[in-house]
Amino acid sequence: MQTQTVRPLRFGLHRFASPPEFYRLAGQLIPWFGSAAAALAAFGLYLGFFVAPTDFQQGEVYRVIFIHVPAAWMAMFIYAVMAFWAGFGLAFNTRTSSMWACAMAPTGALMAFLALWTGALWGRPAWGAYWAWDARMTSTLILLFLYLGFMALHGAIDDPRRADRAAGVLALVGVVNLPIIYFSVQWWNTLHQGATISLTRAPTMATTMLEAMFVMMLSFWMYSIAASLARVRAILLEREKRSSWVQDIARG
Amino acid sequence: MIRALLAVVRRDLLLAMRQRGDVLNVLMFFVIVVTMFPLGVGPDKDTLRLIAPGVVWVAALLSAILSLGRLFALDYADGTLEQIMLSGQPLSLTVLGKIAAHWLITGAPITVMSVALAMVFDMAAGPGATLVASLLLGTPCLSLIGAVGAALTLGLRGAGVLVTLLVLPLYVPVLICGALAVERSAGGLSPAPGLMVLGALSLGAIALAPWAIGAALRISIE
Amino acid sequence: MTQTDGAIIEAVELQCERGHRRLFDRLSFRVAAGRCVHIAGDNGAGKTSLLRILCGLLSPTSGEVRWRGQPIGRVRDEYGADLIYVGHLNGVKDDLTASENLEVWAAMAALSVGAEDLAQALRSLKIERFAQWPAGQLSQGQKRRIGLARLTLARQARLWILDEPFNALDRHGVGIVNQLVEQHVRGGGAVVLTTHQSWEAPVPVVRLDLVTEAGS
Repeated sequence: MQTQTVRPLRFGLHRFASPPEFYRLAGQLIPWFGSAAAALAAFGLYLGFFVAPTDFQQGEVYRVIFIHVPAAWMAMFIYAVMAFWAGFGLAFNTRTSSMWACAMAPTGALMAFLALWTGALWGRPAWGAYWAWDARMTSTLILLFLYLGFMALHGAIDDPRRADRAAGVLALVGVVNLPIIYFSVQWWNTLHQGATISLTRAPTMATTMLEAMFVMMLSFWMYSIAASLARVRAILLEREKRSSWVQDIARG
Repeated sequence: MIRALLAVVRRDLLLAMRQRGDVLNVLMFFVIVVTMFPLGVGPDKDTLRLIAPGVVWVAALLSAILSLGRLFALDYADGTLEQIMLSGQPLSLTVLGKIAAHWLITGAPITVMSVALAMVFDMAAGPGATLVASLLLGTPCLSLIGAVGAALTLGLRGAGVLVTLLVLPLYVPVLICGALAVERSAGGLSPAPGLMVLGALSLGAIALAPWAIGAALRISIE
Repeated sequence: MTQTDGAIIEAVELQCERGHRRLFDRLSFRVAAGRCVHIAGDNGAGKTSLLRILCGLLSPTSGEVRWRGQPIGRVRDEYGADLIYVGHLNGVKDDLTASENLEVWAAMAALSVGAEDLAQALRSLKIERFAQWPAGQLSQGQKRRIGLARLTLARQARLWILDEPFNALDRHGVGIVNQLVEQHVRGGGAVVLTTHQSWEAPVPVVRLDLVTEAGS
């Protein structure tokens, strides 16, 4: 049973645990992250589509990798961050941390879905099948299920506090399992597929290709932060709708 | 403390004996699901031998999930769960006791039944033995991970389907290792790596899951 | 921090919000040994929530409950041994007999009780006739008595937290419970209970009224 007072963190960051402060901060940050995302995306796509060389095996089609791989990485990264903040909220009983974790989940799920979709688009022209059960695609699919499970559990519980905490426990269990799932799927794949070319073996990377993927990953990261900030503002308004600061905003 | 743990196991076993129907239903479900596959796929012996490990394991997963409904929900509904939580005994220990009893009435019978199923699928002795061993090592993990799902969804509408969604992705490593061990055995290779990983997963789950389950129970009971 | 000075538990600045309603705020009180506290209030005032917070089954939105000076979240197991809670649900399994229910509960709480103790417990609630009956075949009142029989089994628990203990009991049952409460309080234990029935307390009580402000 913990009191509601938030423990002081360095640099006075703890004041952002208060909903109205966080709301304000989020609102100020969104334009920055949003424009960074757009700029990096423009640069990354330029690098990917115009600067990186044509792959002699796959032609132009391989370029979807510049969306596929960053999306897959972000899906995993967001899950880890989401689990961290959910755990933080469980440990320190802060509402805003849990709300932040919930805000990230749909973006993470979107990244996973994007990775799967672009993987299918790549798979068809490159290897003749929309879906090859390779390790990364399968792990990403399971990751998507984990995201959906998190959102389903949270949505199924009416009481927001219980929802936050239950989903938090689930996220922590998921993040511990994620490496185990990833390695077991890898093992499954290598033992079954043997010699078939898999989507995990991307064409040999020219430096420009790696640069482009890295820039796109940064762009997705900035986008994820911006989208999560926007979503958390909506969540804050919804959850705290009876408090005075929300009433003030509603009155304009 | 050990006495209290054994008391929990004894109690759950006693309750299961009084409601034998519930327990047998899960076992019948297991057998029926396994039977569906040859009906769907065709009786060709070679195909069946090939799909047997996967089929038996998937059926075991689904049976485990089905049985989770009686793990905590009944105690929650009549108030005995809160009495257990206030008994002065460590919750993680009590939880382990309940899961041990749960395994004895679901995982263990499934493991025993798989002997018969190995024959139905015309598996050779080696792979058949590996199948039984894999289930023996893996079903505790299924009970433990499933208990986390059951604890999180206590009292919710549609808890049955929700638990399935939450728990099946987490079951994937156990499924892969279990089925792979049997396939290796069928291919003449040693099943030891898969079985050892299964054992490690179960041990890891015994160590970590009780914390998660206790936390989930406290959250759900509020 | 002030040590026990006879207080078994201490509520400190408790605040409880359920479903956007604030039930109570800045609630602080002590429950001392040899005391009986009667929590009163209308339906929905938060009596059950308060009792569950005192047990540790519910977390308050802010504030804490202390046992022996420690927040109960840290000493759950020791606190649990010092406490008996009889809530709305009886905590009785329909598939077990009356006697088995008590035996199993005691074993899980690591209490050493013999067959004679069990028989005595059932006798004190006047349900010894039903000792071998499956609880599912008993009436609500009889099941309640099985739940209440726990009070006579756990001698070491100083604190009794009872939520509507008289529910479903006839006046004989009410009389028995009053007697148990009286014995316990005079023996140095403490009782916190709620009841919406008009209750003639067998011992002096401290009455705590939960009043919900209109519109909050």
